[in-house]
Amino acid sequence: MAPEMSLISTVQAHLPVLPVVTALVAAPLAMLVRRPAMAWLVATAAAVLLLIFSLMLLPATAAGPLSYAVGGWQPPYGIELRVDRLTVIVLLLISVVAVAAMPYARASALVEIAEDKQHLFYSCLLLCLTGLVGMTVTGDAFNVFVFLEISSLSTYALIGMGRQRRALMAAYRYLILGTLGGTFFLIGIGLLYAMTGTLNMADMAMRLEPVRDSRTVLAATAFITVGLGLKLALFPLHAWLPNAYSYAPSAVTVLIAGCATKVAIYLSLRMHYNVLGVDFTGEGMQLAPMLAIFGLVGLIVCSLVALFENNVKRLLAYSSVAQIGYIVLAISLASNTGLTAGIVHLLNHAVVKAGLFMAVGAMVWRCGSDDLQVLAGIGKRMPITSAAFVVGGLALIGVPLTAGFITKWYLVTAAIEQQAWLLVVAILAASIIALGYIGKIIEVAYFRPSPVGAPVGEASPLMLLSMWSLVLMSVALGVWADGTVTLAGQAADVLLGARR
Amino acid sequence: MIMLAAVCTPLLAALLVALSGRWPNVRDGFSVLMGLLLWPQVAMLVYMVLAGDTPELSLVKMLPGVDLAFSLEPLGAVFACVATLLWPIATLYSVGYMRGNNEPRQTQFYVCFAIAISATLGIAFSANLLTLFVFYEALTFSTYPLVTHKGDEASRQAGRKYLGILVGTSVCLLLAGILWTHQLAGSGDFTKGGLLPKDLSKAVVGILLALYAFGIGKAALMPFHGWLPAAMVAPTPVSALLHAVAVVKAGVFTVIKVVVYIFGIDLLAGNGGGNWLIYVAGTTTMIASLTALQQDNLKRRLAFSTIGQLAYVVLAVSIFTPAATLGATLHIAGHAFGKITLFFAAGAIYTSAHLTLVSQLDGVGRRMPITLLAFGLGSLSMIGLPPTAGFLSKFYIVMAAAEAEAWFALIALAVSTVLNAAYFLPIVYRAFAKPAPVDARYGEAPWQSVLALSLTAMLTFAMFIQPGPLVDLVRMLIEGL
Amino acid sequence: MGLLNYWLVVLLMLGGLYIVIAHGNLIKKMVGLNIFQTSVFVLFISLGKVPNGTAPIAIKGAADTVYSNPLPHVLILTAIVVGVATTAVGLALAIRIREAYDSVEEDEILAWREPDATGSDTSPTTTPEPNF
Repeated sequence: MAPEMSLISTVQAHLPVLPVVTALVAAPLAMLVRRPAMAWLVATAAAVLLLIFSLMLLPATAAGPLSYAVGGWQPPYGIELRVDRLTVIVLLLISVVAVAAMPYARASALVEIAEDKQHLFYSCLLLCLTGLVGMTVTGDAFNVFVFLEISSLSTYALIGMGRQRRALMAAYRYLILGTLGGTFFLIGIGLLYAMTGTLNMADMAMRLEPVRDSRTVLAATAFITVGLGLKLALFPLHAWLPNAYSYAPSAVTVLIAGCATKVAIYLSLRMHYNVLGVDFTGEGMQLAPMLAIFGLVGLIVCSLVALFENNVKRLLAYSSVAQIGYIVLAISLASNTGLTAGIVHLLNHAVVKAGLFMAVGAMVWRCGSDDLQVLAGIGKRMPITSAAFVVGGLALIGVPLTAGFITKWYLVTAAIEQQAWLLVVAILAASIIALGYIGKIIEVAYFRPSPVGAPVGEASPLMLLSMWSLVLMSVALGVWADGTVTLAGQAADVLLGARR
Repeated sequence: MIMLAAVCTPLLAALLVALSGRWPNVRDGFSVLMGLLLWPQVAMLVYMVLAGDTPELSLVKMLPGVDLAFSLEPLGAVFACVATLLWPIATLYSVGYMRGNNEPRQTQFYVCFAIAISATLGIAFSANLLTLFVFYEALTFSTYPLVTHKGDEASRQAGRKYLGILVGTSVCLLLAGILWTHQLAGSGDFTKGGLLPKDLSKAVVGILLALYAFGIGKAALMPFHGWLPAAMVAPTPVSALLHAVAVVKAGVFTVIKVVVYIFGIDLLAGNGGGNWLIYVAGTTTMIASLTALQQDNLKRRLAFSTIGQLAYVVLAVSIFTPAATLGATLHIAGHAFGKITLFFAAGAIYTSAHLTLVSQLDGVGRRMPITLLAFGLGSLSMIGLPPTAGFLSKFYIVMAAAEAEAWFALIALAVSTVLNAAYFLPIVYRAFAKPAPVDARYGEAPWQSVLALSLTAMLTFAMFIQPGPLVDLVRMLIEGL
Repeated sequence: MGLLNYWLVVLLMLGGLYIVIAHGNLIKKMVGLNIFQTSVFVLFISLGKVPNGTAPIAIKGAADTVYSNPLPHVLILTAIVVGVATTAVGLALAIRIREAYDSVEEDEILAWREPDATGSDTSPTTTPEPNF
């Protein structure tokens, strides 16, 4: 490297790989420093760096996708990292949630994780981030699998750290289903490799063109769809999710609810649209109606389950499955508007749900139980946290001027465009059900008297900082949605462009 | 800019009230003062509109191609004018009512009240469907804490019904209608003469109009009227200003706005797809009046009367002629002054005598003469007799209906007028003619309340005597339709 | 020979999957998972086999030697490492579960009623609560 090359230009040259490297280096570092406070600092610094790099990638991809050859091995032989508009959105999502979650993680780790395990907790958190970021930026199909497993393995460990012993079973169940999903994905990749002889995703897409209708490719599509369906908790493959979300340490719930399923959805978009080039509208596999039905049923059924759920964390978890239904529906519409809606919702829902899980995590931590009845009168006992919950809840319902409304606007527009009236009805009905289950919590929080001797007191300032930053962001995303929608539209073009 | 200031003034009031919550006198002072400060602002805006201007302002680029924007035209000016005029009066009344009944959480009450007014002005000023929807929902959510103010089981259930129906209709029907409109017309801007393309089929117009007419739940068209009687659990000032003026008028205002600026009267009159609306509105009027007749609870009776009167407005609009639209718009104002007076009176009776049922009102008029005189005037306005505002607006509606030979509308108007008289006049008769129970020991309500209801009663009268500026404003609306 | 490898893959895969689903014992589940993963390893290695190919070591002077494809082997090496790591985490969790519940049988574990948990794992509690 020439000596006159400044730091800035070095960073610019290696920008696509830096997010992964940052998280990967920070993970062992956090373990080595051992002192919890130091480990937290390492993790926070890594998250902030991640955000900075993601923000730097935003203008860098305006003209077109960036390609980076790892170790100087040129694609399609070496591993290629590929950053386009969609990648940047998901990177931003991960880093924003990670940065916002770090103060919360500190506060929650102090009470939920044993002192001598906290450095391992941060280390696992960083490994999980490495995997998520890696899956996002990589352009190599096998590399996706490796990063997928890195993030999954660390997530199993993180969920197992939950305070209740049920967390162990939740983690074990997720391990079984997650590994099955990952392996299914691997089988799909293997079959595609058998057909194309390449692992580079762009190259693969090109070589798949003539053999698109062969039985091997169809089988590969099926394996990849089911494998990713497990990871993204597509109804009815969501069985692992409610328990994993409920029993994990609250900071972990925030992170996986915000990022993990979203990255799996990103992968599914990437594989289905850019690699497999599934013809969503034609005859072929009828993948679109299948996804639409699963999305639709998941949306309605899980919303209803949430409505009758009395455990607040599980309630939010089921709501997450329902919201994933929204995104899957949007994907199945396969139009520019639909994909825009899906991608915007990816971003919006991550921010909103992470904020809600933070608020609920703080309430549960204060009350010592996640039963809805125990939260009676929490509105008076923890006014600032409850206010955050109300705002986040409104955003989840999709009230105007919040992030949720933007999604609904585009989703319904997309459905009307395709004259899919049933979808219009289902989407709107689901948001009414959301009003029901959020309203249920708010009623208990504000209109029931507190039990005698109930614990009073706000969450710690770090927690409040985290949750309000996300809650305010969810409002900002609803008011100034021009930028995000334009960005998502460009990302949708990236996805659809490959198919034309 | 004045529009932004006008929307922000109530928000500022909310902030000041929240900060000064510890000192009730300062807090209530702020409330009234900010209301009075709003008057000149809106007066200036109305003056601009009368001069032929259309004040416009784009707030924020919310979505690609769709701004959050304000644009004031005559219809919005009428609505903003009515809401603004009555806000400080209602605040004054609230001071007497809330203190007289020792209501809890008064600060929260005034804060939500002010936010609701801000949302109302936002609706009045909105330049496109998105902006209107944003403020429409803001109004729903800001009034929810007011409906559930008491915090007991009954008010919680009422709150559930309130939110369920209003949000349910607006999200499932109105939003779908708005998005469909965007799809058909490419935008959602309110356009003089109508936004939608003129070559729509009859079925599309009919369905789209249904999405709007029923989606605007605040207009309380049957069968989506249940929230209004439910909302009567709120403190009376809320029922008075919000559920007789701001919220429900926001509903019918939106209906008129959509009919005039989205569909365009010509389209609806020529297409015929929207002819069913007149029957729904007429039926609602008659059923609501019949139901009101059976209510013994005074506030519930008033609520059903409101449903009937709102249906007048929709009925008038659905004749689809400019003259009828003029009548409908006038009725927004005409009904507002009269109905708020009635609610104020009902609240005053509750504050001083703790009576809520019609059957208890024997002799109230002798102990609270000012209140009941005002009530009598309000009743006349509801029935549509001179010398009141109600006569004026009803006169225009009847004339328009006769001119358009809308016989069903005329029949509905006649039937409900008779019924109006049948459920209002006995109250006045009972209050003055029958003797009070011997143990009755009460006088007039606190002075703030009495002053407020006298003011609104005078407004009802004034609009009859001097309707000039208002009618001019409304005439500008129908010019060129 | 023909497709024998692939038939074996299918057999192993289904067998492994069946064990994972049908057995309640957490250790046996782990065994099933391993068999399932192994089937995929076999699949990949079969893909790399070229008829009459030898080990892919370049020998000077033997230009026309046919080599087997080395890439699947490399991939599978990685996948095996992932599999080992998964097994390690799974077994570690199983040990912790045994410490906490004194059992590794799924039905026995799920039969435990937690003092502060509501509802079982599969069916959410449906207490009649008035809703909108």
